[in-house]
Amino acid sequence: MIAELLRRTWAMTWKDVTVELRARERVNAMLFFAALVLFIFNFALGPDRETLREVAPGLLWLAFLFTGMLGLARSFQAERENECFEELLLTPGDRESIYYGKLAGTVLFMVMAEALILPLFGLLYNLDIWGHLPSLALVAFLGTLGFSAVGTLLAAMTAHLRAREVMLPLLLLPLTVPVLLGSVRATQAILAGEGLAGVSHWLKLLIGFDAIFLVVSPLVFEFVLEE
Amino acid sequence: MVDVQGLTKVFGRTLALDAVDLRVDRGEVVALLGPNGAGKTTLLKLLATAIKPTAGGGQVLGQDLVKGRDTIRRRIGMISHNHHLYEDLTGEENLQFAAVMHGMRVETGAVAKALAEVGLASQARWKVRTYSTGMKRRLVIGKMLLFAPELLFLDEPHNTLDQGAIALLNGYVASVAARGGAAVVATHNLTRAYAMADRFVLMRDGAVVYRVGKDGLSSDQLRDLYARHAESGDSVAA
Repeated sequence: MIAELLRRTWAMTWKDVTVELRARERVNAMLFFAALVLFIFNFALGPDRETLREVAPGLLWLAFLFTGMLGLARSFQAERENECFEELLLTPGDRESIYYGKLAGTVLFMVMAEALILPLFGLLYNLDIWGHLPSLALVAFLGTLGFSAVGTLLAAMTAHLRAREVMLPLLLLPLTVPVLLGSVRATQAILAGEGLAGVSHWLKLLIGFDAIFLVVSPLVFEFVLEE
Repeated sequence: MVDVQGLTKVFGRTLALDAVDLRVDRGEVVALLGPNGAGKTTLLKLLATAIKPTAGGGQVLGQDLVKGRDTIRRRIGMISHNHHLYEDLTGEENLQFAAVMHGMRVETGAVAKALAEVGLASQARWKVRTYSTGMKRRLVIGKMLLFAPELLFLDEPHNTLDQGAIALLNGYVASVAARGGAAVVATHNLTRAYAMADRFVLMRDGAVVYRVGKDGLSSDQLRDLYARHAESGDSVAA
């Protein structure tokens, strides 16, 4: 049973990644939007270093957030455009593999985008990210995982709605306040020179949030996908 | 293979299906005939467990229609006018993905064999986006060859197909029935229905209005019955 779950999860992830690499719609839009956010705020805030240091972590996560929203909004696009939702409905077996496959694809695309956004962020805001890279990467991964765990569930719920572009962020943002708060604060502290020990309480919040939603979301997903 | 009673489906305030009974035996091909909005697609989706009934129930392949959905899904196939194929994947990749998601362990060469049987061997590595409508329908039949379902549901399957693809589809449906399976075809094309089905269920406004077997029935007689019961106001449950 675990073997079949893993096979199906891998197949779903492979399908999403392959479709995206060929269509190149999601990642291009995500990167472009994130870069735009960083550039615009860089111009708007001016050269004052102290101001930049204070707001930069929030801006970084704003860029990640918008990137993630774009990625999630398109996560069921292939099923919608190819009218494959019915095919998913008729798939035998548990629905968890569909959820985990979609989640893995979303996390992968977000991490790819974040890997490109982070150096740009360091360059534009004149911040030393390389010295803190492992800690920043850990926080980024935990925050991305939590955001995507909730987002994948809500993307499935809103996929059939006409106003899905409005409903998804409307539902997602309040639910992900804990993970966004924890991620921004941890990033801020790390860039200020604190090590992982200094942000352990924020890391516990992120890990706890991720654990809860990685368990609850696939269980609820079953009912979301069924009519 | 299908034995359902009182199947009812309401979408919001719309009564899409009104207390429909249906029985399909092994070896049968049953055609659901009716105009647009008659409830044919809704009935097929209920039987295929894509949606749940508002009321009524029964059994498909010996399994409860609601509680046995997982087992039913493993043993049925559905062919509709929407192809449900990922256009950015190749024909081969679509079949491999579908097989894994269906819970199958596909033997080496099984996908290639299925594609060859439907005449798509040389187009296996083309993206589905480049396929014609007929080729896409062949690919769907190839998927069914892999799944080998016992019970087939077809929703307007002949739309936009050329004669070669129609012949392939009809031949495949006949082979499923000949092997002891069954098929339920929803269509408003009386000529195609007459050619492939053994029994006809006429529907209008979500209800069954007439049932008739093919024995002793000519295609003109079927047409008359359709005009009288499915298209007009007459309603005689047979």
